[in-house]
Amino acid sequence: MARRLTPWRWAVLGLAALYFLVPLGASVVFTVDEPGRGISFDAYTKILSTDGFVSSLLLSLELALATIAVVLLLMVPAMVALRLGAPRLRPVVEIVCSLPLVVPPIAFVAGIVSVLKWGPDQLSRTPLFETFVAIQNPSFPVVLVLAYVVMALPFVYRALDAGLRAIDVRTLVEAARSCGASWPQALVRAVLPNIRGALLNAGFLTLALVLGEFTVAQLLGYQPFAVWIYNVGGSQAQMSVAVSVLSLLVTWALLLALAGVGGGRNRTANSRG
Amino acid sequence: MTAALPRADVAPVASAKRRRRAPGWLAVVPLLVFAAIAFGLPAFAILDGAFTVGGHYGTTNLTDSLQGPYLTSLLGSVKLSALAALLGALLGLPLAQAVVGSRSRWLREAVLTASGVLANFGGVPLAFAFVATLGNAGVLTVRLGLKDSGWNLYSFWGLVLVYLYFLIPLMVLTITPALDGLRAQWREAARNNGATGVQYWRHVALPVLAPSLLGGLVLLFGSAFAAYATAAAMVGSAVPLVTLQIADALSGNVLVGQENIALALSLDMVLVAGLVMAVYLPLQRRSARWLDA
Repeated sequence: MARRLTPWRWAVLGLAALYFLVPLGASVVFTVDEPGRGISFDAYTKILSTDGFVSSLLLSLELALATIAVVLLLMVPAMVALRLGAPRLRPVVEIVCSLPLVVPPIAFVAGIVSVLKWGPDQLSRTPLFETFVAIQNPSFPVVLVLAYVVMALPFVYRALDAGLRAIDVRTLVEAARSCGASWPQALVRAVLPNIRGALLNAGFLTLALVLGEFTVAQLLGYQPFAVWIYNVGGSQAQMSVAVSVLSLLVTWALLLALAGVGGGRNRTANSRG
Repeated sequence: MTAALPRADVAPVASAKRRRRAPGWLAVVPLLVFAAIAFGLPAFAILDGAFTVGGHYGTTNLTDSLQGPYLTSLLGSVKLSALAALLGALLGLPLAQAVVGSRSRWLREAVLTASGVLANFGGVPLAFAFVATLGNAGVLTVRLGLKDSGWNLYSFWGLVLVYLYFLIPLMVLTITPALDGLRAQWREAARNNGATGVQYWRHVALPVLAPSLLGGLVLLFGSAFAAYATAAAMVGSAVPLVTLQIADALSGNVLVGQENIALALSLDMVLVAGLVMAVYLPLQRRSARWLDA
């Protein structure tokens, strides 16, 4: 017996729709309707030509790609190895990957700032100093990639763990090995295709994380996309809202794509908890 | 469980192969080394700086961080997060129940996908969307004349209103699996024994949901407590929050020693967040046990 939508259910859903849709609708109105001047789409058409938009977006995308590559290269072999040969390290890895949840981004960046100060303060005569300078190169700040990989660890761990739990890694690898595959071949051709959904899930989550990240980048003085929106907001309110609306639409499209690929089962893993 | 079965058949072959290959933990080493550098160093720097006073170790920074404006900001953050989390949980539960109870696949998919998006829609864009709606020159503020009635988005309650925008969806995502786990038979059994709807919720559903509800509440608190971008883009420093205080101390004209106060405040935050996780993880495990059974 299917239950009907009772009146209180409609009321709850209606109120929720109101609360969640009004700010979006109002933002769109805000960007196209200038009081006294009528409707104009300038806020949207000017975005591309505004100083810093392209470069900050590109920087964010590059950071995202680098972060995804590093986090997957670190995590996939480790997670597969945990299933095959080193189950006793499992709690260690689980704790290491959960620790970033306990350190809020603002506290993490406070720590990073003081580590970076060690460079000029204490290491200026050692070769390590060069490394400190290199990772802070403003055209591609590696230090942000390092920070984002750490921040992505909990989500990537959960996504990959769910994916690997669903398949029998040991049997797959042993089957591949007895057919003559080398270890890398077994990993790439037998295991990875079977956790494609989990890999995509992890990749999308990391992408969303990096594209929206503000705290670490701002306090370290770099200007990827989110920081650029913030900086533009000071002088061009309409455009910053227009970009905010667009960035929400992009996130929406990304997560819808994720829901389509992942079959919708892993959606609760999307939460930033 | 499934891994145990085939393992028995191929064990001799596998163990012969295992002897020849590099030990499995080698693949875990890069991850651990990376974490030790990229996470361990900053974590050590927080501890080291928080306890360093003028070149010596001492607890002055920590005691200072619990006094005056720093204490105000810490308490402000706790108050804001607690209120926002409580409201988010109270409002998220009926919404999730309305979705689960409706049995409409379409509605369910739509709301859950939207929640997945909105729970991640924090930060600067969210702040700007609300500024455009309810800020001083916002569309609703101007059209409805809210300013005359004393509305101010850049305030404590303004922040609560904005935080709910990502906290309610987070609650929906957290509590929906638990609501799915409530069996129809339990409700029927309660009804057959003469229970009213209220009695069913009071004596059956809520006790089963309690760990998930508490877990969700704690998760929401942690999420609101750590939020920085939204508040920074919206209120500047009009509302005292510990995240804003840390950012000020880090990026402002840093006086000597002020940076160590920022690190001490960071350590305070880590302790609160650690407490949150210490409460959340056992609760989550407990609710998972109930609902999987």
